[in-house]
Amino acid sequence: MEEKIITVKNMVKRFGDFTANDNLTFDVYKGEIFGFLGANGAGKTTAIRILCGLSSPTSGEMKVAGFDIYKETEKIKKNIGYMSQKFSLYEDLTVSENIKLYAGIYGISAKKRKAKEAELLKKLELEAVKNKLIGDLPLGWKQKLAFSVAIFHDPKIVFLDEPTGGVDPVTRRKFWDLIYEAANNGITVFVTTHYMDEAEYCNRVSIMDAGKIEALDTPAKLKEKYKAKNMDEVFIKIAR
Amino acid sequence: MIEIQNISKSYKEVKALNEISLKVNNGELFGLIGPDGAGKTTLLRILTTLLLPDSGSAKMDGLEVCKDFKKVRHIVGYMPGRFSLYQDLSVEENLNFFATVFGTTADENYDLIRDIYYQIEPFKKRRAGKLSGGMKQKLALSCALIHKPKILILDEPTTGVDAVSRKEFWEMLKNLQKKDITILVSTPYMDEADLCDRVALIQSGQILDIDTPTRITEKFSRRIIQVHAQNMYKLINDLRAFENTEAVYAFGQFAHFTGKNDETECNELDTYLHKLGHTNVLVEEIHPGIEDVFMHLMESHNR
Amino acid sequence: MEQLRSFIKKEFYHIFRDPRTMLILFGIPIAQLLIFGTVIKSEITDIHIAIYDQAKDKTSQEITHKLLSSGYFILDKNLESLDDIDAIFKKGKVREVIVFKNDFGKNLVKEGTAEMQLIADASDPNTAKLAIAYTSAIVNDYIKKLYPEMHMPMQITPEVRMYFNEEMQSAYMFVPGVMAMILMLISAMMTSISITREKELGTMEILLVSPLKPAQIIVGKVIPYLFLSIANAFVIVLMGRFVFGVPITGSFILLMLETILFIMMALCLGILISTVAKNQMVAMFISMIGLLLPTMLLSGFIFPVKNMPIPLQVLSHAMPAKYFITIIRAIMLKGVGLFYVWKETAVLIGMTLFFIALSVKKFKIRLE
Repeated sequence: MEEKIITVKNMVKRFGDFTANDNLTFDVYKGEIFGFLGANGAGKTTAIRILCGLSSPTSGEMKVAGFDIYKETEKIKKNIGYMSQKFSLYEDLTVSENIKLYAGIYGISAKKRKAKEAELLKKLELEAVKNKLIGDLPLGWKQKLAFSVAIFHDPKIVFLDEPTGGVDPVTRRKFWDLIYEAANNGITVFVTTHYMDEAEYCNRVSIMDAGKIEALDTPAKLKEKYKAKNMDEVFIKIAR
Repeated sequence: MIEIQNISKSYKEVKALNEISLKVNNGELFGLIGPDGAGKTTLLRILTTLLLPDSGSAKMDGLEVCKDFKKVRHIVGYMPGRFSLYQDLSVEENLNFFATVFGTTADENYDLIRDIYYQIEPFKKRRAGKLSGGMKQKLALSCALIHKPKILILDEPTTGVDAVSRKEFWEMLKNLQKKDITILVSTPYMDEADLCDRVALIQSGQILDIDTPTRITEKFSRRIIQVHAQNMYKLINDLRAFENTEAVYAFGQFAHFTGKNDETECNELDTYLHKLGHTNVLVEEIHPGIEDVFMHLMESHNR
Repeated sequence: MEQLRSFIKKEFYHIFRDPRTMLILFGIPIAQLLIFGTVIKSEITDIHIAIYDQAKDKTSQEITHKLLSSGYFILDKNLESLDDIDAIFKKGKVREVIVFKNDFGKNLVKEGTAEMQLIADASDPNTAKLAIAYTSAIVNDYIKKLYPEMHMPMQITPEVRMYFNEEMQSAYMFVPGVMAMILMLISAMMTSISITREKELGTMEILLVSPLKPAQIIVGKVIPYLFLSIANAFVIVLMGRFVFGVPITGSFILLMLETILFIMMALCLGILISTVAKNQMVAMFISMIGLLLPTMLLSGFIFPVKNMPIPLQVLSHAMPAKYFITIIRAIMLKGVGLFYVWKETAVLIGMTLFFIALSVKKFKIRLE
């Protein structure tokens, strides 16, 4: 049996009389790419916020990276990385200032940071622009950098909330190369997306609708089960 | 219906549009396809008279967008990229407001929006800010149509919208097209190209190609080989290490391979991968899709 | 016309549905008035005074009695010579000295005029001004009751001297100042914010693409705030009158017309700001730093203009609020007519026209 990195049992989150997450139960295994799909307003963002320790659930048992979601949110935060489409980096800081800031927040020593920074800039081919403001870089570069920064402190899990919105198809694939690489290095990737072809890149996919998880399996098995030729059809059959 | 000639537009040193020319025929559903920052929004804003081009000209139903901007504003329905209705007004109040602004009433053109509006009518007393994403979109579309425009311009209506709502939205557009409205829509989703009559592929302010979606893929001469194996990450890395590789991109559960001179055969790859210990290997030649074409056009433009 | 009507209706929906806007519109004016009002009001009860009665006749004693029984004043000392005045002020406790000249009652009966001197410690200008105003009011009241048939407004000419700050150009009632500030806040800041909010939300894009004319958008934005500002001006004047007892000696109609003029000016400023500001935050910043602070600091509302360095004095002439406060003070406190404030009114009209022209010209019919 593979090692579980996230366990969720009967997670419920209510806002007044609106139930955003209705009894979610699922596990995420170490090193997998877990696709978290659902229509707008299905409750994805709420669930991610709870798992990141930003919001507390109404009820249920949850462990992230081995830590309890109610009592050990501080420890959880040290062991996860987070990147969303909206916030990624400070536009008015340079590339290397952003890295410095982030390393500082996570208490990474200056020596270690310098080594990692050099390696990172080389890998992303950003050495030439390291003293440029983030605001002046193309969107695709920013996203790649934002992802690398989110895993700079070697978290056990990285949460990606629609990381590839709006970028061109080539950049989008280069971005997924990074995700694959991170997963290959043992980082668990928890990702939401609206691109259904990206759902295929995931090891397993869960599909939410109206606060509930309606399906959870590998893309291949889901397609078989719903007799669909691609994930797009699976999604539409479930959410419609 | 829409005629664009040599339009250029720069913001400071950034060239947002570079000598763009295109024509949209009467009654067409035309797609402007490209990623963020390609210049789609700038072009649509010029057409809706919100921006002036640095050079070049554009005509909407024979009206100059610069000189006759007041007339153009009467015949255009526009749905901007962000949700741009009054969140603190109810569904009904929004609709009535935009109707009066255009000097008409909601009843007068109800026929046109009936199919769209009836779905949100049960919530007409609800504030627009409290609607779900899909409903907001339907309301925004209703408001853009309320004055019965000849041309409908939509800026990324499906961005950030889930697959189901996207599908519904395109069905609505198809229905509107039947009512003799010319539609120009922009989108970053390549798979939506197939839903348009004709498309323009746009990247970095330049048009890569304009044609019907089918012809765009048919014209494409490169050979695309689709490969699948158990371990995708390893597969992609190994394919990239292959001596004759020009490009390898992940496509859903497959990787799409392009060889340097299109002479690489399927069985060549098959043996190569088996030698490296891949299991469940599947290699076949396929017809390219719009996304394949876009990526290759983009790469060759960059070079 | 129908377009404009529905635009205005929409604008009112925005205002009435946003608790924050409602609070700024109706909570802040009242709060500010109460704060300024109570600060000043608490000081005007129990003001220590000293009296130097040279006449020592029936009239002077009756006036003294009236003053002391009014509740505003406490007699600290009866003085015996003019030299005592300086000494007693220096001690700091006494705020006002009243001097009745020789033969005070006799002169009043015989010649219909009498002389008294009011000397105030003007190191705290507002209190000084208030003390003088109250004293004069009480004395006048007394005379009117004594000789109801006399028509002249003042038979006793109080000779006012402001100690320590002889000219006392700056100290006036707080109501005109608060009024100028609040009207500036509501009119300029709220309009500029409501326009930039549409830019931020993207609704401005749709409005621009629609056949609405810029003038319609501007008028539609201005009218709701014009009405609300007028309502606010009413509240302020009435509260000033009935809660704090600030008199309106002049024409109420003229007062309101001048107020509307000032509101129009501020609204145009608001629109002007919105043509430069990209988002609500910038609009708010410009309104705060560019309008509210100067209105408070440079209009003479808090700090006397005369005591400012020359460059700031010059700058204060550019403050519309300065003219408005002058006008309002003249109408409310001095009871003068338009004839006396036509210059200031002309300046305000000029400013309004200038800002209207500029904002219509600058209002963009396109983005960017």
